[in-house]
Amino acid sequence: MAKRLDISDLNIYYSDFLAVEGVTMAIEPRSVTAFIGPSGCGKSTVIRSLNRMHEVIPGARIEGRIALDGEDLYGREVDPVRVRRQIGMVFQRPNPFPTMSIHANVIAGMRLNNKRMSKAAADEVVERSLRGANLWNEVKDRLNRPGSSLSGGQQQRLCIARAIAVQPDVLLMDEPCSALDPISTLAIEDLIGELKQEYTIVIVTHNMQQAARVSDQTAFFNLAGVGQPGKLIEMDATEKIFSNPSKKATEDYISGRFG
Amino acid sequence: MTTTGEPATSTTPPAKQRTRTPQRPGDIVFSFSAKAAGVLILIILAAVAAFLVAQAWPAIQTDSTELSERVHWLGQGRTLLGYVGPLVFGTVLAALIALLIATPVAIGVALFISHYAPRRLATSFGYVIDLLAAIPSVVYGLWGALWLMPKLFPAFQWLADNLGFIPLFAGPAGDPPRTILTAGIVLAVMILPIITAVSREVFLQTPTLHEEASLALGATRWEMIRMAVLPFARSGVISAAMLGLGRALGETMAVAMVLSPGLAYSIFLLQPGQQQNIAANIALKFPESSGLGVNVLIFTGLVLFLITLLVNMLARWIVSRRAEFSGAN
Ligand SMILES: Nc1ncnc2c1ncn2[C@@H]1O[C@H](COP(=O)(O)OP(=O)(O)O)[C@@H](O)[C@H]1O
Ligand SMILES: [Mg+2]
Repeated sequence: MAKRLDISDLNIYYSDFLAVEGVTMAIEPRSVTAFIGPSGCGKSTVIRSLNRMHEVIPGARIEGRIALDGEDLYGREVDPVRVRRQIGMVFQRPNPFPTMSIHANVIAGMRLNNKRMSKAAADEVVERSLRGANLWNEVKDRLNRPGSSLSGGQQQRLCIARAIAVQPDVLLMDEPCSALDPISTLAIEDLIGELKQEYTIVIVTHNMQQAARVSDQTAFFNLAGVGQPGKLIEMDATEKIFSNPSKKATEDYISGRFG
Repeated sequence: MTTTGEPATSTTPPAKQRTRTPQRPGDIVFSFSAKAAGVLILIILAAVAAFLVAQAWPAIQTDSTELSERVHWLGQGRTLLGYVGPLVFGTVLAALIALLIATPVAIGVALFISHYAPRRLATSFGYVIDLLAAIPSVVYGLWGALWLMPKLFPAFQWLADNLGFIPLFAGPAGDPPRTILTAGIVLAVMILPIITAVSREVFLQTPTLHEEASLALGATRWEMIRMAVLPFARSGVISAAMLGLGRALGETMAVAMVLSPGLAYSIFLLQPGQQQNIAANIALKFPESSGLGVNVLIFTGLVLFLITLLVNMLARWIVSRRAEFSGAN
């Protein structure tokens, strides 16, 4: 439950292209850390390296160290599959499995760990996770309908339920609201506020108001130009970043005088 | 997408007024040629069916005693249906054996190409598979008769000795094994490329979105394939298998070259002289037929046409059955 992440001297490559350079940061447990910055600066790349989803892309690799409560996630004997079971992820576009029912979607991750789960145990996990994702009341009467029968916002909350069903140590969200309407976005933001009681949350957002509303810490990334690597410019408490950042580039970006 | 529960999530445009937009010449030409092509296909199909029915008609009409007198190879006292029945049985049996063998192998090979092999290997491997599809069936027949059959005999003998208590494998195993199982295996090799090629295309189209969803849950590659790739590809793979089945049902040369024909409703896979398929039967009998004999053969051709049509409709039905969960909505 809720572990801390320590990243040091992280360089991330796509084949020979250095996409992100020299990131060092600490992500505290039971808090929300937001990544902001102009598009292309490597926010998605960094967040995907945290659960070893980055290396799914052919030729993609990293240098440096990422540790979960002190344990190196990229250690020689560490299985990336196990890392992904500990660190859940929610994507930009809602991606429930279209051939599975709502019920089956929620326990999809559990089924991987534990093939023979009793019906009662499965139902309990489904209810707990859907309640955790503020979706239970809306779908409890149609758990056997396909996940794709839900609205976009509901689908995204279903994906959150699916991610938290396995009780991960960390929850990563890459622009989880960017495909959603304002009301669904608010629902998800409220949910993030509740989830941080139990989980370590990292969220990428292009929406600075959202970062200001939901996060405790904010990390600002930037890049010098096209083809240049993205870099972490500064990271601090969210109020500090939005009121009194210590770097000029951050201030320019926040006040909209940039990109 | 249905929007239930939450408002304002889908952006349905306000109901448009049905106005008549001015017709552009390009649109008219295109819509006309598309319609014409569609109608042409229907006409050709109807013409083929009409030809078959017209040519089969004399055989259908003639009463059975006269028929067996005038068509000497029909055999004493065989009615038209009594003749077609075993042929249909043999056709379907050979095709099913082929499908049963080819589909799992094709899925395995296609998955290897789409999700396991390194990219360069996958490309050349896929190319080789495509080349297999271009080999003429007479070559497969030669290969089956000259190379495969001697290799199969010991295996068939082993089957007959050890699993002979199962009726399918009842002995004695024929030597040379000019049997329906041999024909099925040759057909399986022939339909492997088409099933593989289509399946591979479908596997490659699996949305990255869903593959990543399962990987991020901690799925291994095989689990990812089971969770995301196979469900997505299911209907495509069924279509691929049906394409293969269609080819196996209609295959002539390869079957004629490896199967010793018979006209029994026999499930003995290891004994020669038991079954025959329609297409090979037509090819073998046509040179020695005239008059009513030709009409009988055309009648069997009509039946084959109907079987193929039925298989296609069945495939469509299977594909549409769970459309709701297919992600198409
Ligand atoms: N699959 C990929 N292959 C190669 N380069 C990529 C890939 N994905 C992203 N990049 C590059 O990495 C850099 C960072 O991209 P990304 O992490 O998506 O930025 P952000 O999420 O901040 O918009 C960009 O220059 C982008 O072009
Ligand atoms: Mg991004």
